[in-house]
This record gives sequence, C-alpha cells and structure tokens, in this order.
Amino acid sequence: MQFMLLFSRQGKLRLQKWYVPLSDKEKKKITRELVQTVLARKPKMCSFLEWRDLKIVYKRYASLYFCCAIEDQDNELITLEIIHRYVELLDKYFGSVCELDIIFNFEKAYFILDEFLLGGEAQETSKKNVLKAIEQADLLQEVRRLCFLKAFRGQKHFAEQYS
Amino acid sequence: MALKIVKGSIDRMFDKNLQDLVRGIRNHKDDEAKYISTCIDEIKQELKQDNIAVKANAVCKLTYLQMLGYDVSWAAFNIVEVMSSSKFTYKRIGYLAASQCFHEGTDVIMLTTNQIRKDLSSPNQYDTGVALTGLSCFVTPDLARDLANDIMTLMSHTKPYIRKKAVLIMYKVFLKYPESLRPAFPRLKEKLEDPDPGVQSAAVNVICELARRNPKNYLSLAPLFFKLMTSSTNNWVLIKIIKLFGALTPLEPRLGKKLIEPLTNLIHSTSAMSLLYECVNTVIAVLISLSSGMPNHSASIQLCVQKLRILIEDSDQNLKYLGLLAMSKILKTHPKSVQSHKDLILQCLDDKDESIRLRALDLLYGMVSKKNLMEIVKKLMLHVDKAEGTTYRDELLTKIIDICSQSNFQYITNFEWYISILVELTRLEGTRHGHLIASQMLDVAIRVKAIRGFAVAQMATLLDNAHLLTGNTQRNGICEVLYAAAWICGEFSEHLEDPMQTLEAMLRPKVATLPGHIQAVYVQNAAKLFATVLRKHDGETESQAAQETSQLLIDRLPLFVQSANLEVQERASCILQLVKYIQKLQQKNVEVAEEVTALFAGELNPVAPKAQKKVPIPEGLDLDAWINEPPSESESEDEKPKAVFAKEEPKHSRSRHTEVDEKELARRREVRKQEQANNPFYIKASPSSQKVYDAPGVEHIPVVQIDLSVPLKVPGMPMSDQYLKLEVERRQKEKAERKKKEKKKKREKRGKERKADSGPESEEDITPAHQVDIVTEEMPENALPSDDDDKDPNDPHKALDIDLDKYVPYCRHLQFIHVLHIIKPTVYWFPFQKSSKHKKKKQKKEKEEKEKKKKKRHHHHHQHHSDAGGEDSVQNGTVEEEEPLPVSQSHSVSLKQEVKVYDIQGNHQDESKVVVSVIFENKSDSFLKSMEFNVLDSLNSKLQRPEGAGAHDSLTVPFQLPPGVSNEARFVFSVQSIIMPQKLKGTLTFIVKSDESSTHEKLDFKLHFTCTSYLITTPCYSDAYAKLLESGDLKGSSLRLEGINMPFHHLLARICFHHHFSVVERIDSCASMYSRSIQGHHVCLLVKTSDQTVSIDAKCDEPSLLGNVLDEIKQTFSKC
Repeated sequence: MQFMLLFSRQGKLRLQKWYVPLSDKEKKKITRELVQTVLARKPKMCSFLEWRDLKIVYKRYASLYFCCAIEDQDNELITLEIIHRYVELLDKYFGSVCELDIIFNFEKAYFILDEFLLGGEAQETSKKNVLKAIEQADLLQEVRRLCFLKAFRGQKHFAEQYS
Repeated sequence: MALKIVKGSIDRMFDKNLQDLVRGIRNHKDDEAKYISTCIDEIKQELKQDNIAVKANAVCKLTYLQMLGYDVSWAAFNIVEVMSSSKFTYKRIGYLAASQCFHEGTDVIMLTTNQIRKDLSSPNQYDTGVALTGLSCFVTPDLARDLANDIMTLMSHTKPYIRKKAVLIMYKVFLKYPESLRPAFPRLKEKLEDPDPGVQSAAVNVICELARRNPKNYLSLAPLFFKLMTSSTNNWVLIKIIKLFGALTPLEPRLGKKLIEPLTNLIHSTSAMSLLYECVNTVIAVLISLSSGMPNHSASIQLCVQKLRILIEDSDQNLKYLGLLAMSKILKTHPKSVQSHKDLILQCLDDKDESIRLRALDLLYGMVSKKNLMEIVKKLMLHVDKAEGTTYRDELLTKIIDICSQSNFQYITNFEWYISILVELTRLEGTRHGHLIASQMLDVAIRVKAIRGFAVAQMATLLDNAHLLTGNTQRNGICEVLYAAAWICGEFSEHLEDPMQTLEAMLRPKVATLPGHIQAVYVQNAAKLFATVLRKHDGETESQAAQETSQLLIDRLPLFVQSANLEVQERASCILQLVKYIQKLQQKNVEVAEEVTALFAGELNPVAPKAQKKVPIPEGLDLDAWINEPPSESESEDEKPKAVFAKEEPKHSRSRHTEVDEKELARRREVRKQEQANNPFYIKASPSSQKVYDAPGVEHIPVVQIDLSVPLKVPGMPMSDQYLKLEVERRQKEKAERKKKEKKKKREKRGKERKADSGPESEEDITPAHQVDIVTEEMPENALPSDDDDKDPNDPHKALDIDLDKYVPYCRHLQFIHVLHIIKPTVYWFPFQKSSKHKKKKQKKEKEEKEKKKKKRHHHHHQHHSDAGGEDSVQNGTVEEEEPLPVSQSHSVSLKQEVKVYDIQGNHQDESKVVVSVIFENKSDSFLKSMEFNVLDSLNSKLQRPEGAGAHDSLTVPFQLPPGVSNEARFVFSVQSIIMPQKLKGTLTFIVKSDESSTHEKLDFKLHFTCTSYLITTPCYSDAYAKLLESGDLKGSSLRLEGINMPFHHLLARICFHHHFSVVERIDSCASMYSRSIQGHHVCLLVKTSDQTVSIDAKCDEPSLLGNVLDEIKQTFSKC
C-alpha cells in the first residue's frame, strides 16, 4: 500500500498516512486530486478506480471516506478488507466510532493504524492482538496527569456554561 | 517542590490542548486562517518553555495542523526533543509527529540516530515498537545503514510483537540500503518458519514484496512456499504466497504445472472472495506463461471463466468490476472461452456504474466476430442514444469505431452498413471525435472500391444537410465529417447522381462559417465537381448546363476569395480565374472538359506504412557520396556512425505528376498481371474461398476481387438497423444454398476444391455481403517482396490481416517518391526478401528439370487440368522465434531433384527454444492432404512433440493445401548447444489427391541451423562495447576477405542483414559491430577496409561459435 487517506464528505482531510517518501507539495496535490475524484463518484459505483499507475480502493463509512492507493498487482479485495478491519478496530476502541472521535482523538486513530499496518503492510491480522497492544501502551501513559487535567477541564466547562 | 509542580500544572491549564484547538478551529469557520495563525504563535511560545509536557502538547497540535496543510517544518527540532523524552506518553507523540512530518530532506533526522538506537534497545517493548513504527515512515539511507544491524538483532527478539515489526521494517531498510539484504536474508528466511503466525506472515510479506521485483533470486524458496501454501489457513498469508508464485512461474514453467492443481482446489473450496480472486488471477497468469507448447489447460480456464461469471453476476459492484477486469486478461490468450459469455458482458453495458460499463466495452472489443459484429454495434448504438454525459458517449463512439475498424476491417462483412453507422454517428451532439469519423469515412471510401458509389451518395446527402451539423456552433467538433464528405464527393464524383446539386450545396454562403481547413477542401472539391459536370455535358454544343455551372462558380467563389484563411483564399482565387477562363472558352464553343478533367486525373491509392522503407536503392546511387564536399572538418566529426543506416535523402518537393495517360496505365496494369501470373510468390485467390487475400505485392498492387453469387442491392438510404435484418436473411439464404451445393457435389463428386471449406458453418463461412475489393496499400515499384508472412489461406482473417494498422498519407503516383527517398538498409522484418532473388533463379532452373519429371508422374492430372502447368511442390521454410526481432538468412537445400528453399528467420527469446516456421506451398495442380512433418532429432536439437508422443513420431501439419496455395506451420525445436551449425534431416509425407486417384508421396529435406541463426541483432552502446572488450573475457580470431568490390556501407549492411549484427560505431572505413547469441554470448567485430581487402577482427567468449560465424560471413561474401 502506498498511502491511506481519510476524508469527510465535505472533502476535509481527517487522517493521512504515507508509506512512500513524497514531498509535502506532492502529498497535497495528490490529496486534493483524489478527494475530488472520489467525491465525484456516484454512490452506487464500485470501489475501485485506476488513477495514474495506481489503483485506488475506497469505501465510505457514514460520513467518512477511507481511501487507499495500491499497486497494480495488489489485491483490491484484500485492501477493502484492510479498510474494513481498520474501521472495526476504531469501532471497538472508541465504542461505535463516529467522525468526531477521529477528529478529537486523531493521535489515537494513528496509534491504532500503526499497530495494524506497518510500512504499508498488514502486521497483525488478529483484532484482539492489536487492541491489546494499544491498551497496554495507553496504560503506560501518565495516569496522574490525565486525571488532573480531566478534573480541571470539567470545571472549566462548567464555568463556561454558567458564565 | 510540590508547589512548583502545582504551579506548572496551573500554567498548563491555560494552554490549549489538542481538543481545544480542534474545537477552536470548528468555531472559527469564517476566519480559520487567522485563528490558526494566532494558535501557531501560541505554539511557538509553548515550544520555548522547558517543560516537556508543554512541548509535547504543542507538538501534538502541530501534527494536527500539519494534516490541515500548514507548514510545520520549522518545528522539526522540537519534535526531536519530544521524541527523546524518557516518558512513553511524550515519546509516542514525538514519534507520531516525526512520522507525519519528516521526510528525506529533513536535516534534523541525522540527529535522531542515537536516540532511535537507544529506543530500539529499550527494555520496554512499547518504546521499541513506537520507534520501529516511526522509523518505517521516515527511514533515510543513512538511518538504514546505521540501524540495519540493530533491527536485524531485533528480528530475533524474544517478544513476537517486536520480531514482527522488525521483520516488516526490514523491507524499508532493504529499499534504502540494499547492501543489508545479503546479511539479513538468512535470518529473514528463518522467520518464514517462526512459531508465531504474525511473524511468519510478516516474513512472507517481505519476501513476497522482494520477489515481486526480482523473482529470479527467490526461485530457490519455491518449495518452502509451496509447503506453506498447502499448510497455511491464513488467507492473508495465502494471498501473498499465491501472488509470489504468480511472479515466479514465468521463470520456471514447471512450477506453473505443479501449481495448477492446488490453486484449482483453493478456487473450489474457498469462500473468501479476495482469495478466490487472487487464485483466479494467478491461474490466468500461469496459463499465459505456459501457453506456448504446453498441453492445454482448458479445464482450468473453464473453471476460471466460470468463477468469474459468478463474480460478474453478483450484485456487488466491486465483484462485477473485478470479474470483468480478470476476464479481459483471459481474453488475450483464450478469446474463445470468453466469447461464450457475450450475453453477460452485453448485460453489463446496461449497468448503472460507468466504470463497469467501460470495462465491459473493453471486453467487447476483443469479442467481436463476423457473426456478431452488427449485433454488438447495434447494441452500442442504442447506448449511444441513451448515454448521459459526453465523456461516456465519446468513449462509446471511439469504441464502436475501434471495434469495426480493428485488424483492417476484418469483421465487417457489409460496408454499406458501416457507412450508415458512421453517418448515424454524425448526429451525435457535442462529440469531440468528428475527425475520427471523418478519417474512417475517407479510409473506407478509398480502400473499398465497391462501396464508393454508396458512400458518395451518403456523403452528398450529408453535404446537403450540412446545416444540421453546423447549426449550433457548440457542436463544431462534428463538422469535421464535412471535410471527409466534401473530399469523397469531389474525388469520386463520377459516382454522383446529381453533381450539380452537390456542387450547389458546397458553395452555399453558410459554408463560409466553417473552419478554414474544411472550406479549403470545399473549394478544391468544388473544382473537381465542376470538372465532372463539364465532362457529363461533353459533346453537347452550347451546353446550357455546363455554362450555368461556370456561372454558379463565378457567382459564389468570390465569397471564398475574401476569406481570412490564406489557404481558402488562395485556392478560391486560383479556381475562380480558371473558371472565368473556361467560361470564355465555352462561349467560343471550345471543348474544355478533357483538359479540365486532366487536372484531377490519376488514381489515389493508400500507401502501406512500410512502403517507403521498401523502395530499393537504384543502381549506381551511392548514398554516402557527398553531394557537396563538407565545408569544414568539424562538421563531419559530428556525424555519428549510427547514421549509416538512417541516412535518408532530403525530401524533394516535386510537383504532382499528372499526365500519366490512360494507355500507359493500362499497359502497366497488363504488365503487372503478367508478372502476377508468373510470380510463384503471388498467392492467387484460390477458388475454394470467397475471401480477400492480400498477396505480397512484388511489383504491383494486388487488387483481389471476391466473387460472390448474391449481390445485395439496398435501395435508397437504408439505416444500419435494416442491414442487420438483411444480413441475417442473407446468411440463412446462403447457408441453404451452400447445403444445396454440397448435396449436389456429393452426388456428382465434382468440384473437389470446394472440399476445403465444406465443414460445418463457422464464422469463416460468412461471406461479405457485396462485392468488395479491399484495395491494398500501394507498394513501391520494384519493392522487395512483402514482409507479410504467408498465412493460412483457409483462414480469411489472417489473409486480410495485412499489417496496415496505421496508414500513411495517401498519395498519387508513388513511384516518383521512390527514386528520391531511399530506404534504410537495416534489417527489418522481410522474411522473403533476402532469398527471393537468388532463390528464384535457382528455383527456376531446377524447377524446369523437375517439371519434366513431375509431368510424367502427374500425367493423368493433365487430362482434366490441361491449362495448368505441373509444378513440383516447393517449400519455403522459415526459422523464427517469438519476438519480432528479425534476422534472416537463406539456405537452399537440394535433395533428390526436389527444391526446398528455407528462409531462416531467427528470433530467439527462450535460451533453448527455436520456433521454425515452415511455409508449404503447393505448386502442383493436385490437392495435397494428410501432410506429416518429421525431423530426425539429433542429440543437440530436438523437435518438440506433444506430450505422450514418441521421439520419432511425426507431427501432423494442421491444414491441407489446394493447388497453388501456400500455408505456414510452426514447429518448436529445443536446441542445447549453439556453438556449432546443425543440419537436421527431415521428411514430409503427404497424399496427392487428384480426381481419380490419390498417391502417397514423400519429400526429404534438410533444415540447416547456422550459427548465425542463433544470433540476435542487439543494439549496443559504444561505452558498453568498450567495457566489454576491455574485460578480457573474449577470445579473438580474424578473417581476411580479398577482392570485395562494394561500398563499405553495403558491406556493413550485408553483415548486419545476413548475420544479425548491429553497428556500434563507424569511423571512415572502419566499423565496430556487435551481436549476441540466444544464450548470451557476445560477439564483437572490428571491420576495416582498404582497397578491395576487408579485414575482420572478431572477439567472442565462445571461440568455436566465433569460428563458425566467421566462416559463415566468409561464405556470404564468397557468393557475391
């Protein structure tokens, strides 16, 4: 896989992961072009398209498009499977995931993706293992700080509401 | 201390965290850029603080902004700081930011090496994991070199979590630092059998990716992967392995055979579509690579097609799309199996998904046959009407034209129908492809003589209704067809019913709104029409009509004289003056028609794409001689030796030659016919087939007529749909008639020739609807015999399959150009060319002797065919390989008074296989059948026989030969050593069948494989050549030829042509040449000439091969 993009129906990029070294300018150009092409396709159309010398596999989940670029000999169906697997993982982690979860916790979405794919190849096909790895890594994060911040933010919100 | 921490935390409370940033951006939709710029300022402040938590927070926000498209490269150093934090929380954020923002050009990356190395060896597996993940995104060649060892160690880590990541990242390391592959590979291979399935699958992944790029190096792993494939149940892994095998089989055909079975089992058993699809794809790839010379795997193909049908029938658009995609791969090699699913593919044209429709269209292109062309095109025309959006409609239009015109209109049986289709297509609104339709119209009208009358009538109507096409300026793409229409009406105006009316239509004031180039054609062709009208009224004194026409032109042309377009203006004013003068003459009652017509006399013939190349060099013309001595030394130095074969005379622009009078033309035609009759290489249309043949034109343009008993008259202007109906009726009628004839034949036992096509009704039996001559393209006078291989005369497709995919400009009087443009004497694909000259001579001599003998033998035949002269069977053999890289050589072997001539055409792709094409030509007047070809194998060269056949079994030649027909069969030989020339003895047995008797006959022959025929013309650059010579691996030998009296470039050309060399460099009378054998031996020559002596110093890594090649070169020059 060359790269993976997540973007909304409005064309806003929500996540990007590049497995090939490209300059920022090029990345932007590709992103713009692909978002346009994919959004222009009608809902009943098939999930594959040929683009430059790559094959694009995309799928829409609710308001989000998941879009992968693969090489000519790669298997389109297994790529769809990868996308689906990733959505399942997000779903399990966030508990029925929605676009906002990914926006506000975008670093988590990346961590999950990194546990699932590495260098463009699936590294772990078991959902259970991926989630286990993520949970354990999360545990390592500073608990105290999180608690402190959470408590304080609660107050802040409270204050905002009543001021 | 505690207070300090609390104070820090309180400070942080007022910082925005990521969530706040996101929320803020969402709340500032109107002035997002402004809001973000203030945020970035804040972030810059935060990054200046010492607190790592604050920094990490800032970096996290930057990562988000980077995704939104903001440049954050200025913070690269801060990212490195956060990466080096000892706390996992921050380290994780730092590595994430780095993997998103860093690329090869980021200079701070070199600061990270030690930090990463530390993290890789961290006792915490998640630290290591995060570092590996990050590294996979931003690894540079430097990092790869420095860290390769550390990562290799991690491949044997105790935790599978690390092993798995380390194995996967090794692929990225290999890409950046290829030297690491060799030391790492044994360990990587080991991981294929790791106890952890995740690690195993990672190793499979990496090796598959590696092998896909360079399959050759991984062949040795095939048994291991085979074991994995049969034992693994993980579909992810299976898919990878199967893909890997797909890459390996082209290199090792035996593997393919072994794979078919487990793959078909998987296809039968799996429920996972992705795996099924992968298997089907690989089976197709395997079968394609096996396709030559192997027993057919029709069962496997059938299975694939069957499974694909299920995919296509599925309601899931994705499966449908992939099914069609895979189908198109099968179509290339096994068109028959796909054709039976035509119904399904036509259905897909109705699909609402455009990408599926386009796929189906692609497939249709390969599926048409004579039988179904009209039906398919009709269906497509319906879609054209329905189609929304011009892109898809234009796609349909080009596809229709592609389908109809493919292989030189091979599938069109009725050109009236095709013209109607083209005319219907002109009604499309807003298409961009007007010029495409126009060029088709021109092409058909010029090349299919019989259709001209019909075409002209249609075009006249188009011109008459031109306003429909041009009414809307938006639609001007289509007005290109008017260009074609005007030209056709003008050029073939003798077919016009009412030229006056068309002339009037072409001179309407509205025409002035058309694009300039079209107006120019209008004006020019108006003049042609004028000539026709005059001719029509020739002889009538004081013809009212003729004078009216002149007046019309004089009235209307001034409009064009005022045109802003130079071309139009020029032509119009010329013609206007001409007409005025003619009018004057008319008033004096002078006959002018003849002279005016002479302006446009002469036939226009299409020119074959290769015609130019085939113009022979006139005697005594030295292309290398200077016309003017070069002005200075420096200029001549610039001349590269490769120009030796690419030199072309500058184009002379000579005026069109017009005064070839009728008599001269008739005389030439007569001469041509005579030559045709005498030329043994001219394939005469055999009475048994109703097809058009293209014979290799020797000194003429063959125009072969098809005799058809059922001419079809379609009155008026029928639409294409009607043709379909008529066509069906016609075919039925024809079928019935044929049956009747057959019965008769059986009863009377007459017309033996018909037997050849008396099989069941197949596509080949569909005859063209009306008498159609496909005018073949003009070849130059004295052109060397055509390069088209002799094709199976029973197969009309092949006979029509002249290599004329692209036409070059049409031109009158080609012969004038010939003299001026000289061909490049490089060796291209001229199978017969070389041998034909001396071959013919020999043949004739020996033939005469033989004729006498044969005449005796076949005496009884002559009672029935008294007109035909008994000739023996002459065979032309060609040795050639699969790739169209040509080499040719001729041998004549005479044996037992029988003449056999071989053109050996070498073209070696496989190291050990040579395909020999043998052309069988029946020169007797008896029917030859049951031909069996056999060769006595030597230890070195063996004829490949189908599996199961004995080593001495003969191969059946898959056709029969009616009198005067030739055909080609191919035989595969495997050759082991190529360093010695070889002669193989062989026998052809066949039954000569005449009306009364049939006799068994035998013909012995020898196949001569010279060493030269194992050489392939391979270009070589001079620096590579120098390196080769310096390497010292080559052994030398030399040759001296005396009394060679030919220009040096001819000498080189001769070596190139006969011995498959290419010139590397040429300096004055010295040249270096190169060639390569099919087994990769390099052969280098240094050719020098002085006076009449030629010395050749040669080097080759195989001395005996070199010796033989030199001997053969010597022979070539001793012949002349």
